[in-house]
This record gives sequence, C-alpha cells and structure tokens, in this order.
Amino acid sequence: MDIVIVITLAVMSVSLCLAFIRLVLGPSLPDRVVALELFSTLIVGIIGVVAIMTDVASFIDVTIVMALMAFLAAIGFARFLERGGPRDD
Amino acid sequence: MIDVVKSLFLLSGAGFMLMAAVGVLRMPDLLTRMHATTKAATLGVALIMVAVSLHFAEVAVVARAFGVIVFLLMTAPVAAHVIGRAGYFVGSKLWSGTVKDELRPNYDPLTHELKSGLETEANATRETRDTDTP
Repeated sequence: MDIVIVITLAVMSVSLCLAFIRLVLGPSLPDRVVALELFSTLIVGIIGVVAIMTDVASFIDVTIVMALMAFLAAIGFARFLERGGPRDD
Repeated sequence: MIDVVKSLFLLSGAGFMLMAAVGVLRMPDLLTRMHATTKAATLGVALIMVAVSLHFAEVAVVARAFGVIVFLLMTAPVAAHVIGRAGYFVGSKLWSGTVKDELRPNYDPLTHELKSGLETEANATRETRDTDTP
C-alpha cells in the first residue's frame, strides 16, 4: 500500500510539473488560466492521497474548500477576460 | 482485498491526471487543451475520492468524498464553458486543423452580436422603443 501511495504521489508531481510548463509557456492568458485550473484539480487529488497516507479524515474538508476556490478563481478570471481589463500576456 | 481495489483506484486516478497534464502540454490550442484537462482531471479526482471513501469507510467521510465528486462534476463544465467563451471573445487562435467553427460566420467581434442565421429583413434590424431605457 505504501509503495502505491508513493507511486501515485510521484505521478501527480510529474503532472504538476507538466502543467507548470504549460503555465510558463502558455501563449495567451486563457491558456494560463486553464493550466491553473488543472493545477488546482491536481492539488485536490494530492490532498486526497495525503489523507489516505496520513489517515486523517479532516483533509477531505480541505479538498472541498480547494475545489470551491478553484471554481471561483476560474469564474473570476473569465469575467476579467470578457470585460477586457488591461492584460499583458 | 480492499487494499488491492484501493490501489487500483489510486493508480488509475493518477494515470488519468497524468493524461490530463500531458494533454494540456501537448494539445495545440485552447479548446483542445480544455478538452483534455476538464474531463480527464475530473475523472482522476473522482477515482481518488472513491479510493479515499474505501479507505476510511465511515459515513461522514464517504458523504464528504462524494460531495467533492458531485461538486467537481457540476462545476468543471461550467468553468470550462466560461473560460472557453472568454477565450473565444478575447480572440485566441484556433488550431490550423480545426474543421468547423460555427461561430465565425455568425458572430461579429466588434459589436459583440450573434446572429442566429434565421434573420429576415423584418427582424434583423432592432428598433428602439419607448420602454427602452436610454
């Protein structure tokens, strides 16, 4: 079980790195927003795995808050883009 | 036995997340990138939450884990729709291999108006009425 958790965390860390590359490269601001949303989804998964690893059930509450924050951030970025604020890709 | 099932869920969830990350890195434009991340990452989180609820096997934890799954399944399409819409309006380029863009002939980016394609001479022009606020 421990080795499975280590493999899972390693794969998710690699995924975070790949998403980060897109966040740095991303030619336009919407691409970066997509990468950030993938980031938050990955972090929700990582917190779930950490909850299994440490056997602490309270981490599930953290995942709920994280998912909520990610949704609000996505909506906020989209409003900002559509209103046409100043941007510097 | 339950460890084996849990491990399967964890590994497949991590695999789907890796696929989402590879997709967001390799796909050519905004909409295909969202196509990769929204679905695959949501499925990955759902599988991991199933593993969490199998691990703890208490009513409170299982209810919260399924709450996370339902919340993600409800919000991921909404967020993707909003970001895709904003990206189209901002003018992000579509991939050169895009087969069909149904908005292009009907959407006017300057006036931000969308035609339905069913306009006649009579209803194409919009006249101001008395009830409109100036």
